[in-house]
Amino acid sequence: MGKKILLANDHIEGIRFLDTYRKHGGYASLEKALKSMTPEQIVEEVKTSGLRGRGGAGFPTGMKWSFLAKPEGVPRYVVCNADESEPGTFKDRYLMERIPHLLIEGMILSSYALGAKTSYIYIRGEYFYVARILEQAIDEAYAAGLLGKNILNSGFDLDLYVQIGAGAYICGEETALLESLEGKRGNPRIKPPFPAIAGLYGCPTVVNNVETIAAVVPIVNEGGAAYAAIGVGNSKGTKLISASGHINKPGVYEIELGVPVEEFIYSDEYCGGIRNGKKLKAVVAGGSSVPILPTELILNTAAGEPRLMSYESLGDGGFATGTMLGSGGFIVMDEDTSIVKNLYTFARFYHHESCGQCSPCREGTGWMEKILHKILHGHGTLADVDLLWDIQSKIEGKTICPLGEAAAWPVAAAIRHFRKEFEDFIRNGEHVNDVKHYYRLNNLTALIN
Amino acid sequence: MSEKTILKFSDETAAIATKIVARYPEGRHKSALIPLLHLAQAEFDGWLSVPAMDCVAEFLSIQPIEAYEVASFYSMFNLKPVGKCTLEVCRTSSCWLSGAEDIVRHLEKKLGIKEGQTTADGMFTLKTVECLGSCGTAPMLQCGGDYYENLTLEKTDKLVDSLRAEGKARVYTNDNPVNID
Amino acid sequence: MAKVTIDGIEIEVPDGTTILQAARMIGGDIVPPAMCYYSKLKTSGGYCRTCLVKVSKGSEKDPRPMPKPVASCRTTVMDGMEVLNITSPEVLEARAGVVEMLLLNHPLDCPVCDQAGECHLQDLAYEHGKAETRYEFPRREFEKIDIGDKVQLHMTRCIMCFRCVKVADQITDGRVHGVINRGDAAEISTYIEKAIDNDFSGNVIDVCPVGALTDKTFRFKSRVWYTKPVDAHRDCPTCSGNVRLWYKGEDVARVTARKDTYGEAEEWICNSCRFDHKKTSDWVIEGPTKVDRHSVISANHYENLRMLKASIDRQRESLPHGDKVNLGTGALDPNNEEK
Repeated sequence: MGKKILLANDHIEGIRFLDTYRKHGGYASLEKALKSMTPEQIVEEVKTSGLRGRGGAGFPTGMKWSFLAKPEGVPRYVVCNADESEPGTFKDRYLMERIPHLLIEGMILSSYALGAKTSYIYIRGEYFYVARILEQAIDEAYAAGLLGKNILNSGFDLDLYVQIGAGAYICGEETALLESLEGKRGNPRIKPPFPAIAGLYGCPTVVNNVETIAAVVPIVNEGGAAYAAIGVGNSKGTKLISASGHINKPGVYEIELGVPVEEFIYSDEYCGGIRNGKKLKAVVAGGSSVPILPTELILNTAAGEPRLMSYESLGDGGFATGTMLGSGGFIVMDEDTSIVKNLYTFARFYHHESCGQCSPCREGTGWMEKILHKILHGHGTLADVDLLWDIQSKIEGKTICPLGEAAAWPVAAAIRHFRKEFEDFIRNGEHVNDVKHYYRLNNLTALIN
Repeated sequence: MSEKTILKFSDETAAIATKIVARYPEGRHKSALIPLLHLAQAEFDGWLSVPAMDCVAEFLSIQPIEAYEVASFYSMFNLKPVGKCTLEVCRTSSCWLSGAEDIVRHLEKKLGIKEGQTTADGMFTLKTVECLGSCGTAPMLQCGGDYYENLTLEKTDKLVDSLRAEGKARVYTNDNPVNID
Repeated sequence: MAKVTIDGIEIEVPDGTTILQAARMIGGDIVPPAMCYYSKLKTSGGYCRTCLVKVSKGSEKDPRPMPKPVASCRTTVMDGMEVLNITSPEVLEARAGVVEMLLLNHPLDCPVCDQAGECHLQDLAYEHGKAETRYEFPRREFEKIDIGDKVQLHMTRCIMCFRCVKVADQITDGRVHGVINRGDAAEISTYIEKAIDNDFSGNVIDVCPVGALTDKTFRFKSRVWYTKPVDAHRDCPTCSGNVRLWYKGEDVARVTARKDTYGEAEEWICNSCRFDHKKTSDWVIEGPTKVDRHSVISANHYENLRMLKASIDRQRESLPHGDKVNLGTGALDPNNEEK
């Protein structure tokens, strides 16, 4: 059994409520911090822990915190990014609806460490009921003197609010999130300046993912070194993985970073193997944006080493043969899955979610969707595959925000690893759901095994 | 020209709106725009007509165009009338892998409408939406504030029938927390 | 002050200068094109991505190259920075990609568009575009709308540079138009049909890089290359009164702001000067306008563009070789360095 830190108590009935949460050690971190630690010491512990941003980018949290500007007389803000929208990712929702106080405690700790007096949790609008759960928990915390003026008699004041979005994936990008929080369209800002210098209302701001902020609680409690002792290489601590697709046990799993991918997919502790006894075909390991990998490359690296669930190991081989840990949205596809159609759902998603500010993304995402739609409906040509490749290359790296890459990478990876399937699909000219059946029909039995 | 319709928040809603505005630093009340548009949508029949958006703009002392710009950006705001229950079926990867398409086709047949349409009795609007973060419990749909997960065709039928019997979408409130365990 | 080198040409500029501004100080072919940036409008730029350049050296202090191409209009120079624009095949390829995206949904209605001849997208397409499109789907179309009785919005032609919205925000009171919807469904609109009515609203015509916002009082009156620009002024109570009159024969066909080399208005003018004063007797004539870039009426406009295009094509053919290739155009002539 791997060590659980964030979800150690998620099975306890009533852990959603303050009294139960406190009974099981909740808010001990906060008491420790406010009584015996300076803000700087907390930042140091977070640095020592090696914690990296859990929203997808994997940027070292301690370093991000240390970039925060601290000009005199200007307020600072801590904003929690709970706009979880990356397809395949649902860990933050799980965490917030099960143990809302873990996030709230993390928010108070982070705000104390960074000197914020007002903080916001920006949650996607569709998580309306989760926002209600958080608000109830915040009310409890205020009533218990854990929020508001003079928290636990420490002299530290904090107001914490839940801000609700209204349906826009792009608001997961931190500057778009801040725009949205300011009551504007969710258009990413042009950087620099980065939020650490000029964020919310032009003030220094740190934006962190839900899981990242929750992880600050055990880091303060047990010390950064204890957290860093878990994991492998530069992938420290635990990570919540959202497992979905054709597996026996979809759900949220907390893993120690470094678990072999094969174990994660097949062991009963985690995904429990492929549904209906089928074979594995491909995995999108870190949310829709990261490159899809076929079975042989997701289980083992190109060099033949077992692939591990860690930033380094999943990234091994670059995009030629590797992928990314991303947000930990682990989508598993069995042998009958049509990669072409799955890619179409991704392309449609990014087209739908493009904010429209900059031209390569605004025009290119729609173009890719249209071509894939055409292929799916039997009108594709072999030249379309090359055109798709070219379009994605014209988007990647040319846009204001990472949505350009997020839209381009899945297309590139699907063609890189499954080009033949695209070509077969185009030649056959019709929607193929059961790939095996289709291979048999077309005398491609060699491909079945 | 016809007389301009003017909408106002009810006293109850206005009180909530005032509380929301107080969350932000002075002069930053525009931050309340999205929460207030949600309030307006809930109060004025589930969609944002021009008078509904004007009401929010007026409340926040901003230009009406600022409200239109924001309302039209976010997919949860309806700029056209919708039915009492909007069934929003997730159509992205994991849900698709788990049969979301079958759910949509089934609902289209059952309700006698196409995706994007509203039933003649004004009861149901059927929509497909992008990933709602319910990939581990796919396929799913959202209606009102609630998630309905691990759908099968039978479960979908039951849901539609019970919503029809209740006559409106269920809304999550503090007194009526959703069943999450 | 910061020293920056663009395509091998060094210049010293004040701190806070953007790469694009520094390039404009050098001048010539190395100036990146800009479809959305407008020096007189705050927060403009960064959207169209045509001015992408490669920063091959970040600064003296931190010489690492920037990982991705950057928008030169929104990136400030650092001391010791080295930038590649037309000497980088990668940049030219990226720019060609952006141009293709901008043209994807743009109608090919130049023969009936009032902007033809002074359209920045035309120039850009000529320099960096391909003759044929690879886009085979129906293009986006919108109905034309009148925003007030003097300005027409033809959204079909819009490339979403957002300049007009910034004009409304920054030089007029009570903005009534803006950006609605999202992604490729986004449009410039008043949402509800509403006239844009204030003294300076006509400036949206001058900032529009394409024919999306046009002057109704000039509509279909003449192709711009049949008109002759003349600088003139009058004593105006609202604006500076410094304008450009465009004569067709003896008649003033239209009035615009005076524009600089990069097509930017030197001063905003009021609607009264623009729309209501179209008699020669309304104005004090200063003399014929000196015309250079961005107008087909300038001498050898397309001849010069053709030369630039030829060198760009040569560069792009050389992909994926090294970055530093001498272009051999005037801008890179070492004798030109002093200017």
